[in-house]
Amino acid sequence: MDHITFLVAVVIVTALAFDFTNGFHDTANAMATSIATGALKPRTAVLISGVLNIGGAFLSTEVAKTISGGIVDDTLVTPGMIFAGLVGAILWNLLTWLLGLPSSSSHALFGGLIGAVWVGAGEHGVHVDKVVEKVLIPAVASPIVAGVAALLATYLAYKITARARQDSVTKGFRLGQIASASLVSLAHGTNDAQKTMGVITLTLISAGALGHDAGPPVWVIASAGLAIGLGTYLGGWRIIRTMGKGLTDIQSPQGFAAEAAATTVILTSAHLGFALSTTQVCSGGILGAGLGRRLAEVRWGTAGRMVIAWLVTLPAAALVGGVSASVVKHGGTFGTVVIALCAAAVAAFIVLASRRNPVRADNVNDAHEVTVRAAAPTTVGTVA
Amino acid sequence: MHVDWTALGEVTAVSIAVTVGVVVVFALGVLGVSQVEAAREKDAGGTHTLGFAQAGLCFLACAAIVAHGIYLIVPQFH
Repeated sequence: MDHITFLVAVVIVTALAFDFTNGFHDTANAMATSIATGALKPRTAVLISGVLNIGGAFLSTEVAKTISGGIVDDTLVTPGMIFAGLVGAILWNLLTWLLGLPSSSSHALFGGLIGAVWVGAGEHGVHVDKVVEKVLIPAVASPIVAGVAALLATYLAYKITARARQDSVTKGFRLGQIASASLVSLAHGTNDAQKTMGVITLTLISAGALGHDAGPPVWVIASAGLAIGLGTYLGGWRIIRTMGKGLTDIQSPQGFAAEAAATTVILTSAHLGFALSTTQVCSGGILGAGLGRRLAEVRWGTAGRMVIAWLVTLPAAALVGGVSASVVKHGGTFGTVVIALCAAAVAAFIVLASRRNPVRADNVNDAHEVTVRAAAPTTVGTVA
Repeated sequence: MHVDWTALGEVTAVSIAVTVGVVVVFALGVLGVSQVEAAREKDAGGTHTLGFAQAGLCFLACAAIVAHGIYLIVPQFH
């Protein structure tokens, strides 16, 4: 273990921290609509999702062979840049969680790395055409495809069951939702836990602790799986509220259609080698399902804020990643420690800010908005 | 820059077709269950054979699709 330097250890811890935020940021993707329609109790939903995420992490052996899928020049990447990129991704994930905005964890990671490599190695280290091909085009196309699919499916589901007993319909689709939500969770575990494993493995290889072409050691698989699973179980309730309640009022046939659309888009694109954001696909599916039911209200204000967050995610994470990379580059170990402490402080501040108006398992379905300001006291008549 | 429009089109077509297919089949299954439950409500021993068969077939088809989904997710199966 003499190869594991201070910096490598810091990168591993940061990667696991990112994995954790990835988990609780993305619980909503699989479970938000099931929680909103009552198909699953909130705590049961996050437990199932967490277990399936850990399971997915162990199931998949195809660890990402590159950190970024060719978006940055991997030969120029140093552990310091990976650290800086991860800091950018973590902080953006936490900020969007505070605001209850479902943004893409993958885009945050890509953005952080792009910024860090741009500053650390120069602009030739970033493959701009790959960014367009692998990030931008799927980001535009996938939510639209999922939305159209969910819209048509929802419309037909209501048409077919129009004369059926409504309680049978609600109950039937709720059961279906448990299956479709579980598939999304499993697919998420096999995809997203891989990213962290890939980052840690490649860091270990670059530090000489592992041979070239080595697969991830068991402790890497286990810790990455546990980090994402724990994050999922903790539940990003703020984002769950936005996706389950905020975008539109979801009934169980719509939830089933949205999840079916999301699962299909994720699986077909993975099969054909498109990288895409689970978050964006699921949000697109939910919006489509909202449009497919007559009289369902789609809250375009919330949807608009979410789309702005999507647009800002990559540049914002890149900015933080770039600034961190510049400090790490010029400050060495001292700079790394400073950035790590700053990141921890900002993270602690965000968590404290979320306490002012907390969203938990027991109040996740009570409202459709996530606010940061403290809630007005509800007990008005207690002045004795 | 190379954009694979064919693959993109394929993803679009397959995703929409499969989603609509699964949800329609599931909705037909739910319709079957609803008929069975309606018949049971009318008289205690009542049943609806067609509804029962319809629900069984549809849910079986959905289970097969879910199984295929799991097959696609888990690389060891390939």
